[in-house]
Amino acid sequence: MKAKENSWNFFVRLCGGIVIALPIVIGIFLIIRGNMTFTKYHHSIIEFLFSSNWAPADDMTGGGHVGSAVYIVGSLITCGLALLISVPFSMAAAIFMTEIAPKGGNKVLRPAVELFVGIPSVVYGWMGMTILVPFIKKIFNINQGYGVLSASLVLAIMIFPSITTVAADAIRSVPDSARKGAYGMGATRWQVIYQVVVPAAKTGIMSGVVLGLARAFGEALAVAMVIGKTRSFPKGILSPTTNLTSAIASDMGGVMEGGEYNAALWSMALLLFLISLLFIFIIHRMAGSAERKEKKLEKMAEQAAKAEAAANGGN
Amino acid sequence: MSADNAVRAEAVKTTANTGNKTMEAKKEVVKMQAEHLNLHYGSFHALKDINIKIAKNEITALIGPSGCGKSTFLKTLNRMNDLEEGVTIDGKVTLDSDDIYHGSLSAIQLRQRVGMVFQQPNPFPKSIYDNIAYGPRIRGVRGKDKLDQIVEESLREVGIWDEMKDRLHKSALGLSGGQQQRVCIARTIAVRPEVILMDEPTSALDPISTMKIEDLALKLKEKYTIAIVTHNMQQASRISDNTAFFLLGELIEFGKTQDIFLNPKNKKTEEYITGRFG
Repeated sequence: MKAKENSWNFFVRLCGGIVIALPIVIGIFLIIRGNMTFTKYHHSIIEFLFSSNWAPADDMTGGGHVGSAVYIVGSLITCGLALLISVPFSMAAAIFMTEIAPKGGNKVLRPAVELFVGIPSVVYGWMGMTILVPFIKKIFNINQGYGVLSASLVLAIMIFPSITTVAADAIRSVPDSARKGAYGMGATRWQVIYQVVVPAAKTGIMSGVVLGLARAFGEALAVAMVIGKTRSFPKGILSPTTNLTSAIASDMGGVMEGGEYNAALWSMALLLFLISLLFIFIIHRMAGSAERKEKKLEKMAEQAAKAEAAANGGN
Repeated sequence: MSADNAVRAEAVKTTANTGNKTMEAKKEVVKMQAEHLNLHYGSFHALKDINIKIAKNEITALIGPSGCGKSTFLKTLNRMNDLEEGVTIDGKVTLDSDDIYHGSLSAIQLRQRVGMVFQQPNPFPKSIYDNIAYGPRIRGVRGKDKLDQIVEESLREVGIWDEMKDRLHKSALGLSGGQQQRVCIARTIAVRPEVILMDEPTSALDPISTMKIEDLALKLKEKYTIAIVTHNMQQASRISDNTAFFLLGELIEFGKTQDIFLNPKNKKTEEYITGRFG
């Protein structure tokens, strides 16, 4: 019995340890491989981030160019635009399923939204290629529909469920007493929602938005299928371009292991890793500061009550 | 009610304002009235044929054991029951002489004239200033000077301006329970309602904060009409002019507070106020 207890204990600890160690090991690995561009092949970080001259040598001697600005800009623009498109819809859906129709929202809309998350990204990409790209080509009357807008729309649909579910949870956690207080003063439903409920839930909603952004940055396949994979800065939202994840996904198999090209791709992977770390850090900071603020206010309220009691006792 | 009566009532109040003793001299003006009011939650008959007159510039206390319908009745006065599902109401409730359920008054307009203070202090998670300015803002009041003035007046009226004036832009959630409840009352009166409904406003507070809220209610009745639900018999007898005793959805007895407490006509009322059940 005792031995069994111990072996279970060991097994659980081992799994926990692996889960903690894995991202650290991945991070260290990415830093080592991603750094080779700058250490072994002597490129500057400035060149990597801000130059658009991308011609890395596919061998160990190096001497090419690793300017990734086109990829970085492609990622930033598609993700930014995806967010602009997705946030209003996500907010509307979150408000609808919590405030307007909570019963139907929980029974129908919520599972439907969660189903979105489970659809493989290749399906989104394929749908984008077959339906969205020809549609954009037709309505804008252009040569081809691949490009920033198609990629952003596909990404917007993919991050919609993340933002919606997190925002809906945040809105649901706003205490009913706040709503009643506002209704009791003659506020309309819309005024209750946008002046009381949404501001009270804003930290949670922002977490959802950042989570969505993080997802958008990391998405490779679906974007690669519709972005047009053209290595030039986009001239408008209809022109094709490329991004970090597409570059890694399409080139990683064809380049020499340990070569300059390979190292440059690893640097891109490191950059993506750092960006997602930043997003996670931001989410934790927001949640943490909201919690600290709440605790501080509770403490202040307690102190105010004590001070009052003391003042009244003194009379 | 004629304007004459209102003027007379005011005159009596200002010349001899000593609480319940002026009652006989004062002509009562009805501010709100329920006639043959029935309310169902689904098939449950929660209010049975209620007839009450809420007198203007007086405090009407609604008492009775838990589940007797007193809070439900209070909520019918500003249609907060509309927010709950499965509630059906018949009968008539009037504000002045307007039917609030079947007339031209919307629930939104009604709640701006009949405000509500809740059992748990429920300031919005905003600054003290924004809490008070909320009502005026949703009614379209703009301009810093005007809002500043309303905030100051409202906080003065509830007696916490001096405590609050240096922290107006701090969160209202950092205040003590008693302060929060007074901020909530200030928030309610900031829109200058005609009637204030209070749903057990002191049950979450300590005795000293309770006393302060009671004093405040007595002061506020000079300008507003107040209906208060309370579990606390002493509170009802201390501050109210009229008392309504509810039991199992029925209005058992309604009259002047001193009559109800000193000479209850109904045996159940007597048993309840002397603490034999409840």
